[in-house]
Amino acid sequence: MSAMESHAAPYVEAQQAQARELPGAGVAALDRSRSEALEILGERGLPSQRDEDWKYTSIKPITRSRFSPAVSGVDCSEDFIAGSAIENLDAWQLVFADGFHLPHRSKTNGLPEGVQVAGLAEALTRDPGPIVDRLGSAVGKMPHGFAAMNSAFVGDGALVEVAPGVQLEKPIELLFVSGCSGEGFLSLPRNLVILGEGSQCSIIERHISFGAERSLSNSLTEIILDKNATLNYCCAQDQAERTFHVGGLFARLAHSAKLKATTVTVGKAWVRNDARVDLDAEGAHANLDGAYLAFGRCHVDNHTHISHNAPECTSRECYKGVLGDRGHAVFHGRIVVQPNAQKTDSEQSNQNLLLSADAQIDTKPQLEIYADDVKCAHGATVGQMDEAALFYLVSRGVDRETARRMLTQAFAAEILETVTPLALQSYLASHVSGRLSPAVPPGAAA
Amino acid sequence: MLKISDLKVTVDGKAILNGLSLDVGPGEVHAIMGPNGSGKSTLANVIAGRDGYEVTSGSVSFMGNDLLSMAPEDRAREGVFLAFQYPVEIPGVANIALLKEGLNAARRHRGEPELDALDFLKLVREKLKLVEMKEEFLSRSVNEGFSGGEKKRNEIFQMAVLEPSLAVLDETDSGLDIDALKTVAGGVNALRSEDRSIILVTHYQRLLDYIVPDKVHVLAQGKIVRSGDKRLALDLEERGYGWIDTAADAATA
Ligand SMILES: Nc1ncnc2c1ncn2[C@@H]1O[C@H](COP(=O)(O)OP(=O)(O)O)[C@@H](O)[C@H]1O
Ligand SMILES: [Mg+2]
Repeated sequence: MSAMESHAAPYVEAQQAQARELPGAGVAALDRSRSEALEILGERGLPSQRDEDWKYTSIKPITRSRFSPAVSGVDCSEDFIAGSAIENLDAWQLVFADGFHLPHRSKTNGLPEGVQVAGLAEALTRDPGPIVDRLGSAVGKMPHGFAAMNSAFVGDGALVEVAPGVQLEKPIELLFVSGCSGEGFLSLPRNLVILGEGSQCSIIERHISFGAERSLSNSLTEIILDKNATLNYCCAQDQAERTFHVGGLFARLAHSAKLKATTVTVGKAWVRNDARVDLDAEGAHANLDGAYLAFGRCHVDNHTHISHNAPECTSRECYKGVLGDRGHAVFHGRIVVQPNAQKTDSEQSNQNLLLSADAQIDTKPQLEIYADDVKCAHGATVGQMDEAALFYLVSRGVDRETARRMLTQAFAAEILETVTPLALQSYLASHVSGRLSPAVPPGAAA
Repeated sequence: MLKISDLKVTVDGKAILNGLSLDVGPGEVHAIMGPNGSGKSTLANVIAGRDGYEVTSGSVSFMGNDLLSMAPEDRAREGVFLAFQYPVEIPGVANIALLKEGLNAARRHRGEPELDALDFLKLVREKLKLVEMKEEFLSRSVNEGFSGGEKKRNEIFQMAVLEPSLAVLDETDSGLDIDALKTVAGGVNALRSEDRSIILVTHYQRLLDYIVPDKVHVLAQGKIVRSGDKRLALDLEERGYGWIDTAADAATA
C-alpha cells in the first residue's frame, strides 16, 4: 500500500463503520453511489503533489494527523452565532455545526410556496427519491480524493430547491461553523442547490471556525440551474488558522441560465477550492469570480474549470489576490471549449498584488479550445504596490500605512463591489480591511 | 516661505540639479521656465519628497523648517502641495475618499478636529465650483478615465480643498485647450493669497498671460540661469530656449 493510499485508509474505514447509519442508507441508488465514491477514495487516495492539479499544494499539513468524522448531535451556541452574524443582513438562514444542520438555530419561516430550504439529511430520510437522482450529477467525474470522500459520506448539508418561476426576495444564508466538536474533527457538508426554470435567488455560503481547534472541513456544493434560472452565489471563507478547508463548487447551467459565483477567502485557514462550471446549453452565462488574501503562512489555492459544452455561452472569470508575509496562493484557471461550442465568448483574468518579497503566487491559465469560432481572452498579472500611486496619496497628506491599505483595498474592491447583497459586501470589505491592517506595519518600506 | 540654497540632486548617479538656489516669499507667485529635461519636474518632486532623488548638497527650508528631513506626508500636512505633471490614475480609490483622508490628516496634524461628513461635503462642493467640475467627479476613482484637462482640473481642485501654503504646479497648463486653461488659471488666481506662495512650472509663456507671476526664472541644465519679471517670459517666447543653453554653458564654464 502506497503512502498516499494509507492517508485515505482511516477515512475509508470510518465510512465503512458508519455506512449503515448514514441518512437514507438502504436506498439502493444512494448506497451504490456512496460505495462507488468510497472505492475511488480507496483506489486513488488523497491527492499528492505528483498530481498535476495539486502540484503547488501539499496536503501534508492535513495528513500530519488524522481527523475523525464529526458525529451528529453537536451544537453551536446561540451567542456564537449571533456574534458572528453579518450585520444588517435580512436572510433566511440554515446553521450547521461541523456539517450538521441545527434546525433550532435556523430561520426558515416565511419562505414562499415552492421553496425548500432544509437540512439534506432530513430530506434524505423523509423522501430520498428526487434527491438521490440529482446528487452527484453536477460533479460528474470525481476530480480528486476529497470530493470522493465527501460523496462517500454524503449525509447532511443544505438542500435548496426553488420551484420554476419563483423569485426569492431575500437571500438564503448557509452558515457552516467548523471546530464545534473539539480538536481534530472532520466535517463533510454536502449542499444541493436546484433552481427551477426561470427562478431566481441569492445564496451565501459562509464558512467560519468556532475556535482555535484543528479541524478539516471538506465541503461540496452542487448547483443545478434549469432554463433561464438565475443564481447569485457567494462563498465567504473566513476561518481560523488551524482550520483546513477543501471546498468544491460544481455547477451545471441549462439554456440561458445565469450564475454569478464569487468566492472570497479572507481568513487564516489553509484553503483549497475547486470550482467547476458546465455551460450545458445555449445562452448560459457564468461569472466566476474570486478574491483571496494570503498573509502569515496562509495557503490559498483556487482551481477553476469552466467547460463550454454548447454554442453561444459566455463566461467571465476574474480572481484577484493580495499576498503578504509568507503567504502562498495558487490560481489555476482551466477553460475548455468543446468542439460544438461555437461562438463561445470567454474571458479570464487573475491578478495578484504581492506585498512582500516572501509571498508567492503560482498562477496558470489553461485553455483548451476545440472549436474554431470562439473568443477567448485570458491574462494573469503579478505586481507590487504601484509606487507612483502610493506617492500620489502620500503627497496629499495620507500616511504611508493608510495609503498602502487604501490601494490594497482598492485592488480587492473590484471583486468585492460586485458582491450583493450590500450587507454581505460591507461584511467582506470590513474583514478584508481587518486582515490588511496588521499586514502592513507602519513604516514598512515598499 | 521657501528658501532653496545651492541644491544639487542626482538620479541614478546622474547630476540633474547642479546648485539651484531660489527664494520664494509669502504670497509670491514664481514661474520657472525651461526646456524639456532641464530639471523642472525634478525640482518639483524633490520639494514634494518623492523617492529616487538623491540630494548631494544644499538645503531647502520651508517656513523655517528643514523640508528635506520631513516625510512627504508631513510636508503635505505642513502645507506643501504638488500638482503633478502626470497625475496618476488610481482605480478603486474615490476622489472624495482621498481628499477626506488627506484633509483630516492635515487637521489632526495641526491639532484641529476632523471635519464631519456634512461639513466636508459642503467644503468640497464649494471648491468644485472653482474649477467648474461636476459633483460626479467626487465619487469617481482618482483620475481614472479622466481626460487630460479633467486631470489637471482635479489637481487644482485638490489644491483648493487642501489649502496649501506652498503649491508647486508642474506644467498644469500643458495639454489644455484655451478654455480649460482659462478655467484652471481662474481657479489658481482665486487661490492666490498673501499667505500662499505658488511656483508655476511651465514650458510655455501662454499660462503667464492668465496667471501673472511676480518673478520668472529660467532653468537650464539644472540651475537657474536667469531671473527677472514677466518680461523675461515674453523674451523667451520670442527667442526660444536656444540662447539659454548657450548662457548655461557659459555659466558652467
Ligand atoms: N527617475 C528618473 N530616472 C532617470 N532619469 C531621470 C529621472 N527623472 C528625471 N530624469 C532625467 O533628469 C532630467 C530632468 O528631467 P525632468 O526633471 O523631468 O525635466 P523637465 O521636467 O524639466 O522636463 C532629464 O534628463 C531626465 O531624463
Ligand atoms: Mg517635467
